Amino acid sequence: MSAQALTSPESPARSPAWRRLFSTERVLLAMVLLYPLFPVVDLIAEAGGFSLRLDQRLVTIFIYGLLVVALNVQVGYAGLLQLGIAAFFGIGAMATGVMTVEKYPFHFGFWGALLGAPLLAGLAGVLIGAPTLRLRGDYLAIVTIGFGEVLRTVLINLENITDGPRGLNPVAEAWVPMAVRELVGGGDASEATLLVMYYTTLLLLLSAVVLLRVVEKTRLGRAFVALREDELAAACMGLDPGRVKLAAFAGGAALAGLAGSLYATNLTTTADPTNYDFNNSIMVLACLILGGLGSLRGALLGAAILIGFDNVLSPLLDRGLQVLVGDATHPLARFSSWRWFVFGSALIAMMRLRPEGLFPARRVAEELHTTAEDA
Amino acid sequence: MFETVAQQLIIGLTNGMVFALVALGYTMVYGILEFINFAHGDVFMLSAFFALTLVGVIDVGQFHGPMLAVLLCGIVIASAGFGAVVNLSIDRLVYRPLRKSPKLAPLVSAIGVSFLLQNIGLIWGALPLAVFGGGGQPAAPKSFPQLLPSDNLLGAGSGLTLQIKDVLVIGASLAVMTALYLLVTRTKLGKAMRATAQDPQAARLMGIDTDQVVAATFLVGGGLAGFAAVIYALYINTVYYQMGYQNGLYAFTAAVVGGIGNIPGAVLGGLLLGLVRAFSDQFIGAQWQPAVLFGILIVILVFRPAGLLGSTAREKV
Repeated sequence: MSAQALTSPESPARSPAWRRLFSTERVLLAMVLLYPLFPVVDLIAEAGGFSLRLDQRLVTIFIYGLLVVALNVQVGYAGLLQLGIAAFFGIGAMATGVMTVEKYPFHFGFWGALLGAPLLAGLAGVLIGAPTLRLRGDYLAIVTIGFGEVLRTVLINLENITDGPRGLNPVAEAWVPMAVRELVGGGDASEATLLVMYYTTLLLLLSAVVLLRVVEKTRLGRAFVALREDELAAACMGLDPGRVKLAAFAGGAALAGLAGSLYATNLTTTADPTNYDFNNSIMVLACLILGGLGSLRGALLGAAILIGFDNVLSPLLDRGLQVLVGDATHPLARFSSWRWFVFGSALIAMMRLRPEGLFPARRVAEELHTTAEDA
Repeated sequence: MFETVAQQLIIGLTNGMVFALVALGYTMVYGILEFINFAHGDVFMLSAFFALTLVGVIDVGQFHGPMLAVLLCGIVIASAGFGAVVNLSIDRLVYRPLRKSPKLAPLVSAIGVSFLLQNIGLIWGALPLAVFGGGGQPAAPKSFPQLLPSDNLLGAGSGLTLQIKDVLVIGASLAVMTALYLLVTRTKLGKAMRATAQDPQAARLMGIDTDQVVAATFLVGGGLAGFAAVIYALYINTVYYQMGYQNGLYAFTAAVVGGIGNIPGAVLGGLLLGLVRAFSDQFIGAQWQPAVLFGILIVILVFRPAGLLGSTAREKV
């Protein structure tokens, strides 16, 4: 391997100017400041006959961004092929439900759930990971799918605990400080809640990014990458693969649990457990692969592109299709009927043309371009 | 009690045959390429749609007796051919260019292909055919006409039901599996397949065209899936565009339980899984089916990752 490849991924000295200008953290910080402008964008969209509510949609994107970043810890950093991230997302959501709804005696409220959900999801990660992480790559993939299916079935069927397909509700809403309530004014509680949700999700996402940037540089972060590149060599250098893998798995699970907690809070329900199924896991994986495995920037951009596509572009395309076809009632005149076509083709095309994703970590890019013969 | 158990045995065996046929496709591809063909279940699904379309276009329901038997044989062969061609084309167009890429690339592509095929199934279900309910609701399950007589072979008064279709499913599956066994153990192609699975590089050095062996494997696997699809449709009488996902995962579970890459193992795993499914549906409840089957998968993978018949294969470093 050349000396160049040994420098840390995305080392700032080598990044082009535009990359530095639009670094992940700066874009997220800009989001903090741009909030007051969103109603203007909404008004413009309204003029075009489209109800946008940019802030609501961004909250969804931030939550999924957090989930993609969580998957990035497992798949991108440590190379653990996890195809069931939605299970931990679901555990986070369900834990939030149990901790806050009327039905249970806990009533931890918003902040309590925000702390407790990741802990529980992380614990689940340890419990699932400890016996299974020694399995070879594709077996692990199958176990994670299997776990996701088991969890979904259990959540649907244990109706007296989880309220089945209806989901536990109402989940506690975000805690809104008095000052914010007065600031928004008009007695419109939902606006104030949305504002708080926006900043909470954004700041948590930002903290996760900053935290992971630090982790990338630490001993543990380098151990993740070493393990992904060559488990045998890493073990020979004195790393304990089992413990490092478990750390990555549990860490990712905890972050996914945090995302799940925010998801449930945002919806004020734990929702139908089918929201935490294999399709959702694959959607998140698709975000990560589109953006670039192992790269925080890629993870977030992947989430922005695909989830944004689902949330903003696909309703727009729906309208377009219906205008085009003229028959609004036909099921194929809805874009959602073609959605998996787009995702499927995107995955296939990415693997063929640019397997490292749009904004890859340099090291991953090099790995993916070495053929089996070189390896 | 005896009758319930015997009945579940019959259901389990017939279901298990379908699992086994699909599992064979997974296991053969995995044995050679070490890659999980996630799209395999969807080839199964598309073949079922193909069969239903044939049934609708020919209007098979109006025929009886020997003519019906001939037509059904024709549909089975056509669907098997369809599955084989689809599977081969997927390999040629998507997987083959990635043969030298790291493992992640074909796996992710396979997931992509799976979604693509599911979407094709959805659109296929929108065809304005009477068998598709006019195509107005593409996502709704389509009922596959009851073509085989449903008389009880054990007599109308018996507490146990054994229909012609049960016998046919088991008999036809056994015949196909025997043919596959002979193909793999007695022919030159089978020998080449086994050699390639053991060590592709050494096989190439011995003059085996491994590309062709892989293509043949996809062809055979797809054919088995197509065959299984008709059997399934005739037996369950419902097809829908997502049937490939769950049945595919179950079949894959069967392959893993038997020891992935191991051909007798896939059959054993399929039968075992079919039986477990029948009994858990009866005694635990059908709504727990995925939890039971995938629970078994996890337990087997944790305690015996090589499956029941597989030898502990080391990961090729």
